[in-house]
Amino acid sequence: MDIIVCIKRVPQTAEAEVSIDSTGKSIQKDRLTFDMNESDTYALEEAVLLKEKFEGNITVLSLGYPDTDDTLRIALAKGADNAIRIKAENFENPDAFQTAQILKSVIKTINFDIILTGCIATDDAYSQIGVTLAELLEIPHAALVIKVDANEQRTHVHRELEEGLIEHLDIKLPALLTILTGINEPRYASLIAIRRAAKKEIQQLGKENIELEDLVINSVIEELYVPPVTKQVEILTGSPSETATKLAGIVKEKGLI
Amino acid sequence: MNFALSNDQKMLRDEVRKFAENELAPIAPEIDISGEFPKESIKKLAEMGLLGIVVPEKYGGSEFDFVSLAIAIEEISRACASTGVITAVNNSLTTYPILKFGNEEQKEKYLPDLCSGKKIGAIGITEPNAGSDVAAMETTAVLDEDHYILNGAKRFITNGTEAGIFVVFAYTNKELKHKGITAFIVERDTPGFSLGKHEDLMGIRATGNCELVFEDCKIPKENLLGELGQGFFICMNTLDVSRIDIGAQAVGISQAALDEAVKYSKERVTFGKPICKFGMIQNMLAEMATQIHAARMLVYYAAWCKDAGIKRFSKEAAMAKYYAANISVDVTRKAVQIFGGYGYTKDYPVERFYRDAKILELYEGTSEIQKLVIANELVR
Amino acid sequence: MILSDKHLKFREKVRQFADEVVAPRAIELDLNSEFPHDLVKKMGKMGLYGLYVPEKFGGSGKDTLSYAIAVEEVSRACGSTGIFLAAHTSLAVSPIYLAGNEFQKQKWLIPLAKGEKIGSFGLTEPNAGSDASGTRTIAKLVNDEYIINGDKCFITSGHVSDIIVITATKDPSLGYKGISAFVVEKGTPGFSPGKEEDKLGLRGSITSELIFEDCKIPKENLLGKEGDGFKIFMQTLDGGRISIGALALGIAQGALEHTIKFVRANTISGKPLYKEQSIQSKIAEIGTEIEAARLLIYQAAELKDAGKPLTKVAAMGKYYASLIGMKATNTAIEIHGMLGLTKKYPVERFIRDEKLMEIGEGTSEIQKIVIAREILGK
Repeated sequence: MDIIVCIKRVPQTAEAEVSIDSTGKSIQKDRLTFDMNESDTYALEEAVLLKEKFEGNITVLSLGYPDTDDTLRIALAKGADNAIRIKAENFENPDAFQTAQILKSVIKTINFDIILTGCIATDDAYSQIGVTLAELLEIPHAALVIKVDANEQRTHVHRELEEGLIEHLDIKLPALLTILTGINEPRYASLIAIRRAAKKEIQQLGKENIELEDLVINSVIEELYVPPVTKQVEILTGSPSETATKLAGIVKEKGLI
Repeated sequence: MNFALSNDQKMLRDEVRKFAENELAPIAPEIDISGEFPKESIKKLAEMGLLGIVVPEKYGGSEFDFVSLAIAIEEISRACASTGVITAVNNSLTTYPILKFGNEEQKEKYLPDLCSGKKIGAIGITEPNAGSDVAAMETTAVLDEDHYILNGAKRFITNGTEAGIFVVFAYTNKELKHKGITAFIVERDTPGFSLGKHEDLMGIRATGNCELVFEDCKIPKENLLGELGQGFFICMNTLDVSRIDIGAQAVGISQAALDEAVKYSKERVTFGKPICKFGMIQNMLAEMATQIHAARMLVYYAAWCKDAGIKRFSKEAAMAKYYAANISVDVTRKAVQIFGGYGYTKDYPVERFYRDAKILELYEGTSEIQKLVIANELVR
Repeated sequence: MILSDKHLKFREKVRQFADEVVAPRAIELDLNSEFPHDLVKKMGKMGLYGLYVPEKFGGSGKDTLSYAIAVEEVSRACGSTGIFLAAHTSLAVSPIYLAGNEFQKQKWLIPLAKGEKIGSFGLTEPNAGSDASGTRTIAKLVNDEYIINGDKCFITSGHVSDIIVITATKDPSLGYKGISAFVVEKGTPGFSPGKEEDKLGLRGSITSELIFEDCKIPKENLLGKEGDGFKIFMQTLDGGRISIGALALGIAQGALEHTIKFVRANTISGKPLYKEQSIQSKIAEIGTEIEAARLLIYQAAELKDAGKPLTKVAAMGKYYASLIGMKATNTAIEIHGMLGLTKKYPVERFIRDEKLMEIGEGTSEIQKIVIAREILGK
């Protein structure tokens, strides 16, 4: 079974202070650390599990700047066989649709049975690239996948919906699945695997190396901004039992419990 | 020396850091209180290949260099100092002397188990009456046909309660003084070998530190490591390597203390602003960061000397260990200071870092011994 | 420290020069407050002023690490000669190399890099030391000339300089944004060197005021664009920190070597001094700290050569080397005892020379603010 995993290198912003850069359209990145997008790590692990079951080949693919090589190399250490970086420096801030177009132009030259992507990128949170890519490739897809049970021709998947509902789907391969976090337990790369991966070459594709249709401009970022912090203070008065009752009422009314 | 890390060193650092943050840091406070040896962590370390970092692949190791070993120990210690020293002892104090001085049979017999975590390693140098003065040891090994009979006791042995394979030093000829010391490999289940008192330590509390007792302990002749009378040399040579990793452990603990202090200084508000805005706090943070960076450079440099095949790097190793230990006590003290009263409680990890740091100035040669080594090399 | 063969060879060459030519002059330079015109010429002939400048601009096309090594080795013999080398290179050669246009490089960089002309850097003012936004020297553009008015102080090599890079503002109320960098040549009407300082240490180097009274310089003497001054001197200072760090390191290393010589040659109660553990402890401490400082400074140099951000490590190197340099020179005197206070031994000169390193090009307090800002991520 040949698998393609699309990954993205994203800034780690969970504990960092984020500020807008001078263009007003992006964040200041020079002091942030970067790593593989969280749900992509689960997609990669799912691919490795499939490979362990069916054998085959895993290709990791990323549209990114040169430092993305570090992320691709870790993917190699965790079990991918080939890594391809499409040079982001050749493109001008592609939006989700254009990114899917670019990925498609490379993927159509590779044999695959399944494409796995993370379900959402933690930086721009579009959640579009996986499904758009499937549409462009004209293959079936399932998003928000929490379980994969495949054979050589078809795959059974569980999708997690709102309110804890689970949808069971049977899909014909080749197909694209966007993977939710928690579907598996991503492994750490062993030192030996790291040593081997460090020596592997990462294929670099520039604009000149790929056959690209005209990129469709659907959306343009106008502005990124931090909403102003507003404060509302209400001082509750009365006896302790009165204020407690009022407080409980407010908490309930605001839907906090 | 190249100050930039190579690809594999960078990847190792990032992956071990992630591993340590997710798998080791969460249980560090518990095992500090309970003193329980982290057996589950050892399994995970083994899976990643962190128990035999410089051992060749054919013996089950990961075949990295000594700079990488130092990086790994630093990252592990940053999450959990106990696990850091456990790993350091397994790597540089057990697998290393067997790799360097063992014969092919011994390497094949012991290294794979030490790398896979099937057996944990420990080393027996220190005795109740022989600490810094190694040659004062009283343990003896007497040849009796095809066995050596060991008698004596070793004290303060890290990994002691859990280890399966011990490198033990004993006198085979007391008259030859330090040239009469020989190294042996002793397996845990050897008759006549038992564990003595389990130490209740101030820091690095989950390291299985205990006494080893040898009463007519009979070990096969082929367990002699290196050559007869080569023990002192093996011991010093091994300590040169392990001191680099104690330095790395010190850097890891210090970095953890700085990370916590930076985070806290941004959150804690006094006199109407976060304390990181106060000059006095910034002053401490800047001193800590500089000390840690200088220590890290000394550690990398000593490891790099070893990797470059430089024969004599005792001075560099002693400098790395002495300096990193020294600043570690200072940096963790400052971290507690920045936290104020909260730093003194178990609600925050800095009091643990402070306790964990102190032993760095004591084991594998006290700071005074390191300074003797350095001075002797300088005025030689 | 193990360096590449290329760097080792270079260090040998500079060390030999320092030991044979510079060291014998150090005592008299200090005693007589004599500026070493002879050594200045000789260092120029050796190509020490343009180590990281390409050959086409009169340099030797090496790198910053070589430069740090050169400063360290020369300072090991004589701090005064070391600071001349450091100030001339990193404060005059550097900003013109960094920000100068082709014409300016041809005109000033080449003679500076070759050592045919002496350079200096006028940043500090009576009211603007560590805080450069307090710059009060005014540069007014009138027709095709800038008219400069103001005073600079504590300028290394000020008196003897032929080419001086200065900062001036078009309006002090603009703060950093108003500051530009200019080149002023010796002999320009309206420019006069002021009082020469009588100093604790580095007595063989010149430190003086520069006075500008309606000093007119051509428009072409502006470095970079108007308002670039702050950026230019921040970059200059990043490099300058490497050189002051290397200078502090060299003096500390010199103190250590003289101390080792002393403890080998002298006895106490019939026992060689070096066998005394209290002495060994001190030597081990300063030996370790000097090695750590060296690694920080070499790393900063390597970062600069690789074009990577170096602010944090350069500040750490400068702060740390000067801190341990004070300790090392102080320890050297302690070990020499009363003899250490006499002019018979050079260690008293080392401690006087070393003190400047905690102050010049950003005090240790400023370095720590820089470091804190970097680690706090602001």
